[in-house]
Amino acid sequence: MNDLLDPTSELRPPKRVPLKRLSDLQKKTVGLLDISKPKGDIFLDRIAERLHERGVLVKRFSKPTFTRLAPLELKNEIAGSCDAVIEALAD
Amino acid sequence: MNLLVFLKQSCETCKLVAPVLKNFLEEESAEILCQDSSSFFHGLAVRQDIGLRRSWESKIETVPTIIRFDKDGKESARIEGWDSEEWADFLQIEIPETMLRYKPGCGSDTLVPGTYEKLAAKYGGEEIKSRRILVGEQEDEIEACYSRGWSDGLPVVPPTRERVMRMLSGTSRCSHDIVGVVPPNLVECSVEKIAINAVLAGCLPQYMPVVIASVEAALQDEFCMHGLLATTYFSGPLVIVNGPIAREIGMNSGGNVLGQGNRANSTIGRALQLVIRNVGGGKPQEVDRSAFGTPGKIGFCFAEDEAGSCWQSLALERGIEPGCSSVTLFAADGVQAIVDQKSRDPESLSRTFAAGLKSVGHPKLALASDAILVVSPEHERVFRLAGWTKDDLKKRLKDLLTISGDELVEGAGGISEGLPVRFKSKKIPKFREGGLLIVRAGGKAGMFSAIIAGWGASGKVGSAPVTRKIT
Repeated sequence: MNDLLDPTSELRPPKRVPLKRLSDLQKKTVGLLDISKPKGDIFLDRIAERLHERGVLVKRFSKPTFTRLAPLELKNEIAGSCDAVIEALAD
Repeated sequence: MNLLVFLKQSCETCKLVAPVLKNFLEEESAEILCQDSSSFFHGLAVRQDIGLRRSWESKIETVPTIIRFDKDGKESARIEGWDSEEWADFLQIEIPETMLRYKPGCGSDTLVPGTYEKLAAKYGGEEIKSRRILVGEQEDEIEACYSRGWSDGLPVVPPTRERVMRMLSGTSRCSHDIVGVVPPNLVECSVEKIAINAVLAGCLPQYMPVVIASVEAALQDEFCMHGLLATTYFSGPLVIVNGPIAREIGMNSGGNVLGQGNRANSTIGRALQLVIRNVGGGKPQEVDRSAFGTPGKIGFCFAEDEAGSCWQSLALERGIEPGCSSVTLFAADGVQAIVDQKSRDPESLSRTFAAGLKSVGHPKLALASDAILVVSPEHERVFRLAGWTKDDLKKRLKDLLTISGDELVEGAGGISEGLPVRFKSKKIPKFREGGLLIVRAGGKAGMFSAIIAGWGASGKVGSAPVTRKIT
C-alpha cells in the first residue's frame, strides 16, 4: 500500500436540517435582499408589489457589493426580523 | 570529555583521521558512529549509524564531524573535515607534524540525492498533520488523485510524504503556520497544505516562497478571491513575479512569456488554483459559476522582464524596495493581442494601445475592469528612444481613454449596453485610478503587445491588485 497526503481541508460539514417551510405568508415578514447587481432592484420592486398585494409585510435589505459575502450584522438583522427571505440575483 | 564522532568508511579523510582518533581514545572516550559500516579501522570501536538516524538528528553534512556536548547534554561545539591545528585544539592533543595539514571531508550520506526527503519523512522533526490516504498497490496513483477530485483536469503529481517533505524544504516557514482563510469554504490553510498542492501542481521546492506569497496575496480581503471564484465572469488569479527570485528559479519573462514551456511559470499559478480548489473547495460548476472561464484558470503566472527594461518595474511602482522579490496578484481574463508594426513614435503607439484598451469588457463600459498592458521589448523601444517613462505613457493613455459620456451611455451607437444616461454630459475615464498596470515582457522580436483584461468588478466593488513581498 502506498499512502498519499490529503490536499483538501478534510472538512466534515455538519448536517443541517432545513427550517420548516412556512405554511402561508399571513402576518409574516419577508425580507428582500438585493445583492447589488444591476437590475436587482427592478426584480425586487416587482416581488415587493406582489407581496404587498397579499398583505405581507416586506423589509428591504442590500449587500454593500455583490462580490463579497453579506456582512454578519446584515445576516443577523435579517434572521432576527424576518420570517423568510428572498435573495435577488440579477443582471 | 563528551564527544560524538561521525565517520564514513568510503571517505579518505575519515581514513586519515582514524589513527588520530585511536590514539585519542587510549586515554579519553567518545562515541564513534560510522554511516556505512560497522567495522571501520582496526582497533577503533565504531557502531554503524543504522538508518542514518543519529546523523539526521545531528544534522551531519560532512564526515568526519566531531561534536562536543556540555554537561547538560547540549551541543557546545563541532568541527568538520580535517584541519590538524583545529583538531589539536579541539581534542587537546598533539598531532604529528608529518601528518597532512588539511583535507576537506566528504558529504554525509544523509545528503545523497533522494535520501534527505526519505529521512525527513521518517524522522522529520515537524509532524505532518494531513490525513494519510491509502492507495491500493493495484491502483494507479495518478488515477487515484483524479478519482478523489484533486485534479484540475490535468494529471497531478501524487503527493507522497517524501515529496511533501521535499517541498517543505523549500521554505523556512513552519509547516503548521496558517497563511490565510481560503474561500469559498472559509477554511484555514497551512503551509503544509500549500506544499501538498504545490506537489500536485508539479512545483519544485524552490518555488515554495513564491507559491506561499501568492496564496497570501490572493487571500487578502481587497483581492476578493471569493467573488473572483464565484463570479459568472471569465477571470481567475494571475501571478506576476518581480525581483531576483524570478531569475533564481528560472522563470520566463521573454519569448512565449504568457504561454507554455516553463516549469515555474506553468506550475506556480496552478498551485494557487489547486489550493483554492482543494483547500477552499472552489470547483467549476459548483461555487465557481464562470460562464466561460479562461485557459489561464489552470494557472496563470509570469515574470516581468526587468533586466531588459528602462522602465521602473511593477514591483517598484507598487512600493517594493529594489532588490526584493514580490508577487502581484491580478484578477485576469485571457490575453488580447495588440498589433502595431508601423508606429515609430510614442504618440502613434499610445493611440494604438488606447484603441485596444478601450475594448476591455465592452467599448462602452468604463470604470468596471482593470487591465494590464504587457509591452513587448520592440514596442518599449519606441518609448525608450523618445525618452518616455512609464508614467509618461500612463498619463497619455489616461488622456486618450477619458471618453465623452454621450458615446458611452445606454443606446449610444445603437447599442443598448452602456453607462446610465445620467453620465451623458460627463467625461468618463475608462479605468479607475490605479486600474491600469503596465509591465514589460515578451520576446525580442515582434511589434506586438498584449492586454490582459481584468474582472468586470474592480477596486472596492470587486478585486484590486495586491502586491506582496516574497520572504
